[in-house]
Amino acid sequence: MRRIDVSTRRGFLEGMFSAGALVLGARVLRPSLKAAPGAWSPSVYLGLETDGTAILVVHRSEMGTGIRGVLPSVLADELEADLSKVRIEQALGDKKYGSQNTDGSCSIRDFYATFREAGATARLMLERAAAALWKVPASECKARLHTVVHTPTGRTLSYASLVEAASKLPVPKKDEIKLKPTSEFRYIGKDLPIWDMQGIVTGKAVFGQDARVPGMVFASIERSPVFGGTLKSYSDAEARKVKGVQQTVQLEHFKPPHMFQPLGGVAVIADNTWSAMEGRKKLKVEWASGANASFESGTFKTGLMETVRKPQKAVRTIGNVEQAFGSAARVLDAEYYCPLLAHASMEPPAAVAEFKDGKVTAWAPVQDPQAVQATVGAVLGIPPENVTCHVTLLGGGFGRKSKPDFVAEAAVLSKKVARPVKVVWSREEDVRFDFYHTPGACYLKGGLDAQGRLQSLLHRSAFPTINSTFEAGAEYGMDIELGMNLIDPPIDIPNFRAENGPAKNHVRIGWLRSVANIYHGFALSSFLDECAHAGGKDPVEFLLASLGAGRKLDFADLGGKYWNYNKPLAEYPYDLARMRRVIELAAEKSEWSRKRQKGRGVGIAALRSFLAFVAVVVEVDVDGSGNVQIPRVDFAVDLGTVVNPDRVRAQFEGAAVFGSSIAMLGEITARDGRIVQSNYHNYPVMRMRSAPRETRVHIVQSTEPPGGAGEPGVPPMAPAIANAIFAATGKRVRELPVRKVKLA
Amino acid sequence: MIRLRVNGVARQFDGDPEMPLLWYLRDVLEMTGTKFGCGAGLCGCCTVHLDGTAVRSCTTPLRAAAGKSVTTIEGLSAAGDHPVQKAWKAANAPQCGYCQAGQIMQAAALLKAHPNPTDAEIDEAMDGNLCRCGTYQRIRAAILIAAGGKA
Repeated sequence: MRRIDVSTRRGFLEGMFSAGALVLGARVLRPSLKAAPGAWSPSVYLGLETDGTAILVVHRSEMGTGIRGVLPSVLADELEADLSKVRIEQALGDKKYGSQNTDGSCSIRDFYATFREAGATARLMLERAAAALWKVPASECKARLHTVVHTPTGRTLSYASLVEAASKLPVPKKDEIKLKPTSEFRYIGKDLPIWDMQGIVTGKAVFGQDARVPGMVFASIERSPVFGGTLKSYSDAEARKVKGVQQTVQLEHFKPPHMFQPLGGVAVIADNTWSAMEGRKKLKVEWASGANASFESGTFKTGLMETVRKPQKAVRTIGNVEQAFGSAARVLDAEYYCPLLAHASMEPPAAVAEFKDGKVTAWAPVQDPQAVQATVGAVLGIPPENVTCHVTLLGGGFGRKSKPDFVAEAAVLSKKVARPVKVVWSREEDVRFDFYHTPGACYLKGGLDAQGRLQSLLHRSAFPTINSTFEAGAEYGMDIELGMNLIDPPIDIPNFRAENGPAKNHVRIGWLRSVANIYHGFALSSFLDECAHAGGKDPVEFLLASLGAGRKLDFADLGGKYWNYNKPLAEYPYDLARMRRVIELAAEKSEWSRKRQKGRGVGIAALRSFLAFVAVVVEVDVDGSGNVQIPRVDFAVDLGTVVNPDRVRAQFEGAAVFGSSIAMLGEITARDGRIVQSNYHNYPVMRMRSAPRETRVHIVQSTEPPGGAGEPGVPPMAPAIANAIFAATGKRVRELPVRKVKLA
Repeated sequence: MIRLRVNGVARQFDGDPEMPLLWYLRDVLEMTGTKFGCGAGLCGCCTVHLDGTAVRSCTTPLRAAAGKSVTTIEGLSAAGDHPVQKAWKAANAPQCGYCQAGQIMQAAALLKAHPNPTDAEIDEAMDGNLCRCGTYQRIRAAILIAAGGKA
């Protein structure tokens, strides 16, 4: 079979095209691909072989959302492709695909239209090719499952027989393309199984940890236990005695800002992973600990709490909260705290890299292969285009694997030892050298009128910012962090102020599934529940009342500076009517008003994040010893257009568990600058027994543009659990994790 | 020299008998279906069957497998059609998939011992297998499908 193999040929298409560009015709194929005459690539995301096989290129990373099947299914739908004649290829890192940073729950919303247009363009050209062959009007030709049908006569031509002719046609203009009406969708809106299912259930799927190239050696790296510490000296005499150990190699320390550079340290190179890890344990290393050696997480928390008790930089002001507090019938305030968290995805970081002739080829489980190109290029002083990054499956990512420091480690080591190197992180390294989710402190103050309605709200937060990863010494939140439920709560009241205070980072800070929405959302949704109870209101009624008239928030007071997850408000409005609907739906489906038995309680939280409107009702069961079980979770979600409802449900089922881990269990602490936790015994995550037993996901049917699905389920989980615990026990949880709170 | 059978094939190894079975499978035999998750028997990603019993291969030194028969995810069925594998597909259980080989091996062992497991028996058997994506609800459903022979 003649075919284009995009996984091994960088020059699948020449040139660089922006996302959305429709690049048509065989003319763009490189001369080197003349071995596949007639093959046709109507877009950077699509190639048609002469046997009719459609190669769909997925440029986003698969870390569990199902995107490797979901995004191509959008193109396949418009192409009228028969899925049995589709092959999916994972794209190499290349900016011609547009952003490949699989982060921020944006794969569908950023590429839905592009993939539809790509498929529809090719479909139209195939129809036109058939019309020309039959000498009939193109309007009489209709594509259907890899064939074009001449509707008056029923004659058909397969795509295979049309590829060559179609590839020679002029590219239709955008206004000639007709997207399918919703009623004709074949795959969009349907439950399709995940693409990699067979490989996963048989152990054949290839993750980063499974990558292997001939002649490679294995590396395990000892790093400074304190962030920013530097190597003073080391002895490898004992390490080299370990069977299978070949040599040790020193890795340079990063230069601030650390960004995604390797941390530096000492690598043990061996014949296999185990020997490398055993050898590393035998290294004797002395470190100079540096400025972060005094970092102690408890003391740090005390400082953050003090920061939020004092006035800080105003980042949004509506009306006059101080005046409103003065005239309120009831004023209350509260402080909340969320600790440092680690990602702890099941697959610890790992990468294979080969440095050869000034170029690097890498195989890695990364959320952003273009970041691999940039980082490896910068660290080795070679142009990014000399770095080829193959993206494997990711054994979870949650934000950690958008930082390719571990790939750069492999590349640097490969250059030093002149062989391909596989770097394998242990779980202990993963927990101790993460780009952590930042600790967040919040202070809220609210004013209620005589009817118990919220009239004024102050929300003040302080947290080490992700920006500290890119700008050494950065202390204030970035717009994207502030725009995650600090300055944009789902309420419509006359008086509101948001403030942000400074905080220093002492470890690497990164983003974790739903990011700043975690601490801002926990504090906000907990406090709204406190306000409801303080005013004698049912929390659902209180939330609905706080939405005001259910208008679209315009953020005019910010002069259009609200980031809105990088989408215009006109296209993705902050529509409180949609929020109202999910609150009502969650309340209805959860039987909110039903009386629960003793020890049981329900809590609600409703937050907008990643352009999705989500309300969740959690039911908890707290026994006499204070143990919390979560028998049921009801999500009501409005994400706009949904491509694969089953995968959306799966993301929210997963978010219930991930959010429960955050609420109940997660905490990273530090002593003398060193992370205390090391593995799942002291950094526990939810197990089957204690995870929510039944999670039901109620999806609002919508034709609005698609919002995010991967992250928006997480933020409301922790506050809904805390609110449910209050309903069940009368005890208010203001600091996570719940396991540290005495409930009995 | 350690002799063992892996998925029915006789193998011998003259390296360090302390090497965990996990790394022997992954690095020496290049059978990467069995996953590394924690190295300490805390997550279950590396679960295989040793003479039919589910064990954590990351904490099982190769000497403990001497003379025994190992079954990995690659050997659970010839065509990926073990009832548990079929049930996993029917429930569309995986998300990222990394832990699922271990989950499937654990579930297969559970169903061998308890063909119709109760919820409590499922909890008991599966509690050592972590899934950070949070697919527990689907895993439970898949186990019940496999038990009912409905896949």
